[in-house]
Amino acid sequence: MIRAMLFICLSFLSFSIHAEAALKGRVMIDGSSTVFPITEAVAEDFRNIQPRVRVAIGVSGTGGGFKKYLNGETDINNASRTIKEKEISLAKKNQIKFKEIPVAYDGISVVINKDNDWATDITVSELKKIWQPGSKVTTWKDVRPTWPDKPIRLYGPGTDSGTFEYFTHAINGKAHHSRSNYTKSEDDNMLVQGVVSDKYAMAYFGFAYYTENKGRIKAIPVKLTETSTAIAPSLSSINDGSYKPLARPVFIYVNPDSLKANKSVFEFTRHYLKSAARLVKDVGYVPLPDSEYQKSLKLVETLGSVRVDSVE
Amino acid sequence: MSPHRRRMNKAFKWCCRITTYGAIGVLALLLFHIAYEGMSWISWDFITNFPSRKAEKAGIYTALVGSVYVMVITTLFVVPFGIGTAIYLEEYASQKSLFIRFVKLNIANLAGMPSIIYGLLGLTLFVRIMGLDRSILAGSLTLGLLVLPVIIIASQEAIRAVPQMVREAGFAMGARRYQVVIWQVLPAAIPGIMTGIILAISRAVGETAPLIVIGALSYVAFLPEDMFDMFTVLPVQIYNWAGRPQPEFHSLAAAGIIVLLAFLFTLNSIAVLIREKFQRYKL
Repeated sequence: MIRAMLFICLSFLSFSIHAEAALKGRVMIDGSSTVFPITEAVAEDFRNIQPRVRVAIGVSGTGGGFKKYLNGETDINNASRTIKEKEISLAKKNQIKFKEIPVAYDGISVVINKDNDWATDITVSELKKIWQPGSKVTTWKDVRPTWPDKPIRLYGPGTDSGTFEYFTHAINGKAHHSRSNYTKSEDDNMLVQGVVSDKYAMAYFGFAYYTENKGRIKAIPVKLTETSTAIAPSLSSINDGSYKPLARPVFIYVNPDSLKANKSVFEFTRHYLKSAARLVKDVGYVPLPDSEYQKSLKLVETLGSVRVDSVE
Repeated sequence: MSPHRRRMNKAFKWCCRITTYGAIGVLALLLFHIAYEGMSWISWDFITNFPSRKAEKAGIYTALVGSVYVMVITTLFVVPFGIGTAIYLEEYASQKSLFIRFVKLNIANLAGMPSIIYGLLGLTLFVRIMGLDRSILAGSLTLGLLVLPVIIIASQEAIRAVPQMVREAGFAMGARRYQVVIWQVLPAAIPGIMTGIILAISRAVGETAPLIVIGALSYVAFLPEDMFDMFTVLPVQIYNWAGRPQPEFHSLAAAGIIVLLAFLFTLNSIAVLIREKFQRYKL
């Protein structure tokens, strides 16, 4: 009897020791400020499971983050765009490998003041007319003859941002091609403020900033062509791909060598893909279809396959 | 006094009064606005919680601890270097030497350099070349470089303000220069030097840009274990919250500013106390 109790006690003890012997390590992340809230949410969630893994996230922008990543300083890079040719050749030179994993969608929203009652939809070619380099548009009437003859005041992100890059690529046909006489700010809240206080303003920025300010600003539904239906940015229209052409995926870039050598990175990345669907919505982004996460999860598990059985 | 000059005097007095009250008014408005927005978020949990995606659960603990670390190490580094340099320049170096004059001019110039330049310098020198990584030490040394000129200049002025007769009296008693400096000049100059240190360290604690360049992190949910560990500081955390889309985070940023202000205020009070104590032994 005593022996049996002792056995039970011991097994409990060993169990608790086993639980104590949780993972310990470091995960270094840097990169885009757009992806930061998602990765932060995952890191916070991960901390409940593996409290001794130290996850640190910096915000140097996608490009600045890649510089550190390709220097071998980080394990994961948050990226609001895909890796550039120049960065790929640097990766080859430094022998740093990478795996691109899409983690969520962002829908760039074209927004106007809530008292703007004329702009109920806008076509891609009209957007191009407004935002292309050397644009002649100075009033709303210049965009569409039925709109008021009032000056249109434009707000947009700074030229370093991934949002700027994607928007100019999708609307003007080439990344970084844009008119330059508009109010730029790296701080999206400034752009929101600009539109809130000005009836004749127009701006574009990430979906999260639109949803958080829904009562104060409106998003214009966008028409891909003259004849297609106007689609407003929403969880469903971005998720099913009908919000064109301004829905874009955002990524994390993971170092496969870190996945293999660093168990903390491996477990963190797995947790990222398992919890993304739930957490992405929390922070104002649009989750990918579940199958996408499953596919990436499999990929990550194969890449770090040595480890898979040892933990759970 | 002629009526004209009397009127001029009155007008001048009013101009000065308006600028004074204007400045105080703007400051009061700012403080009021911050307090109004952030005060309800201040709680013990806010001080002791780690950062979070949920505004209700987010706290400023890691940033506060990071700021304390950075402040202490920066002070340890900057005070001996600053005062030492000032003593050499004022007491030992030849005032006629072209080289010394060149050095002095450049220290004054360095005091006016934008902080981001120091960030880039720190990134190359401390983070990359010396291999300190994005550690507290790298951040502290960078901030140290940033505020060093301020301390040197303030100390120089304080030392220069000590009357020459104090030194001469010392020499007349047969003291060497180091004895005069340590026992006569420095005690008399301490209040001025302390003012310089207070201003410099307050600036260091409030800096964001150079630390972002160095790689102070935005999400750190652990406390630093030593000075080679990764870190974040109050201004970086505040900056991060202020840029979020959710309005609750903007209030959190305001709450963070209150903590930062309280932190600086405590720091300054301590320094003022030390200064007062030394002023009593004034000549």
